Amino acid sequence: MNLAIRDIRYHRGRFILTSIGLGLLLGVVISMGGIYRGLFADALAILNSTKADIWVVQQNTNGPFAESSRIPEDITYRIRSVPGVSEASPLSFQTIQIDKGAKPFRFFLIGYDLNGFGGPPEIISGRGIGQKHYEMVVAASMGMAIGEKIHLGLHDYTVVGITGKVVSSGGDPVAYVTLADAQDIQFKKDNDAIRNDRERIGANLDALQSLSPGQAKYLKQNMSAITESTHTVNTIVARLAPGANLPEVQARINRWNHFRPLSVEEQTKILTKGMIEKARMQLGLFRAILLVISAVIIALIIYTSTLDKIKVIATLKLIGSQNRVIVGMILQQSLLMGIIAYGIGYGLILLTYEKFPRRIVLEDVDLQVLFIIVIIICTISSFVGIRKALKVEPAEALGG
Amino acid sequence: MDDCRYAIEVENLTKIYGKGGSTVIALSGASIQVKPGELVAILGPSGSGKTTLLTSIGLINEPTHGRVVIDGTVVADEGWLPGIDLKRLRREKLGFIFQAHNLIPFLTARENVMIALEINQLSRGEAKARATELLGVLNLGHRMDNYPSSLSGGEAQRVAIARALANKPKVILADEPTAALDTENGKNVMILLKKLALENHSAILVVTHDHRMVDGFDRIFHVNDGHVNTES
Ligand SMILES: Nc1ncnc2c1ncn2[C@@H]1O[C@H](COP(=O)(O)OP(=O)(O)O)[C@@H](O)[C@H]1O
Ligand SMILES: [Mg+2]
Repeated sequence: MNLAIRDIRYHRGRFILTSIGLGLLLGVVISMGGIYRGLFADALAILNSTKADIWVVQQNTNGPFAESSRIPEDITYRIRSVPGVSEASPLSFQTIQIDKGAKPFRFFLIGYDLNGFGGPPEIISGRGIGQKHYEMVVAASMGMAIGEKIHLGLHDYTVVGITGKVVSSGGDPVAYVTLADAQDIQFKKDNDAIRNDRERIGANLDALQSLSPGQAKYLKQNMSAITESTHTVNTIVARLAPGANLPEVQARINRWNHFRPLSVEEQTKILTKGMIEKARMQLGLFRAILLVISAVIIALIIYTSTLDKIKVIATLKLIGSQNRVIVGMILQQSLLMGIIAYGIGYGLILLTYEKFPRRIVLEDVDLQVLFIIVIIICTISSFVGIRKALKVEPAEALGG
Repeated sequence: MDDCRYAIEVENLTKIYGKGGSTVIALSGASIQVKPGELVAILGPSGSGKTTLLTSIGLINEPTHGRVVIDGTVVADEGWLPGIDLKRLRREKLGFIFQAHNLIPFLTARENVMIALEINQLSRGEAKARATELLGVLNLGHRMDNYPSSLSGGEAQRVAIARALANKPKVILADEPTAALDTENGKNVMILLKKLALENHSAILVVTHDHRMVDGFDRIFHVNDGHVNTES
């Protein structure tokens, strides 16, 4: 006969309430682990979905995610010509915040070359971007429908497709437009400003007496081309040909002196070590504190429930019960409470994790480790009760 | 079987509670012998040492001096015999009945009897069958699945008796088993104990301070201020 279960059955109301309370606590612990994994997954989402081998960024920067990086778009051609590189494609990144309804709405806009790569990893409904301008593919989490329009910079962009769950390293949903559109939006000088610039340059050049009118005209054209140039990108991603040597390709790009070719490994390190390390430590600290609280609660519950059972324990000893019967009752009760609370916490998170504002990633290994920790906590916590129980004298059963 | 062998032998038992300046001599030089199948009463006023005698025989209260022999096994000789397994002796040879019924509140009547059998290595099925049979004999067939809180005092005490009898112990020790019951129920419990002593050939030692309850006992010991006197 299992005394632990009999006792729980008799006091089920109390037991269920306690387990739910502990379950909520463990649910928070599980979700914090999930949030950390989510941060990790979010931080690497664009890096992983791009499937590039090299990220070429501005020299001396940790761009394009951790720091700003600007490089000329036409370096793409130079990178393509490096031996070992099979393809290269420019990408532009920007965070945009607009007012959608009453609330400010943030998203991460990626501009990519329609003929290159780095665009939406998958289209779950609608289609990909088919023309050079004013079309947009958005992540499902943006909550936009196909055909919906959004005003960015000087133009309206129409949603033509929905991609799966891609987020920026900050957790904002991602939207895709063509590189040209992204550059337009990024450098959205309005037409008046451009006209003013052009006129100011023209006037300055005209004022230079040393130039012939022909030279002035030529210069005027070039200068305005430069001032209006938006041909800057944040990174150029490259893929290697099979069998190519990554360090060799990196060394070659390094030799140009103006760019930094980051491998995926280096980029991962920048994103995880630099950007989410603090969050990880913070979450780890909270988890540890909550686990300590759970341990204290379990120990207290087991201790008080042992105190409630002093008479029962004394009676059991009186009629000759072996110590293992008594130790087993207390230990099993503690373990059952832990296991049921864990189940409740896990169930709760399983039902709700998709509704969390940040991504929660439930890794089996995290769940297993937590389960083992809970078992260890329950075992250790039950010691205080067991210690008390072993000291009970059978004669204590005699008192009225 | 040796007919002269006693179920309980107590020789020169002295129990001193406390140490140093504040000691209480609860028993001094008590000697009793009880044969198997004998129904014996221990009478005496409150504080005279009756419970001390019973718990010393019951292996839950270490005697200061003297010998205690249970069913031929020496258990105490100037203190517990070294290495003696008191728990095992308790579960195999002794049955306890107390003033308060001491049933486990979260077990049903039947489970309260079963637990005594299961800790004595009976299988669950055997324990259930024996508990059911015993409770039936004690007219508790209809209360088997009730928790102690929903039993009357007399019913609870009968369940406690069933638990004490479960392992067919050589010795049954009852400390004021009728104190919490009305006269009617008290008498019934005593009649029951008498019947069981005969049937099971167990030695039954009943402590009481109520003279009216000891009709038909084989022998009565009187305890007074730690001294035991025999009387027929
Ligand atoms: N655990 C104890 N510690 C100290 N004194 C005790 C203890 N138990 C009993 N006594 C004392 O021993 C004497 C006998 O007690 P007890 O055997 O309980 O008597 P009875 O059962 O006849 O009322 C009393 O004076 C009582 O106060
Ligand atoms: Mg007493």
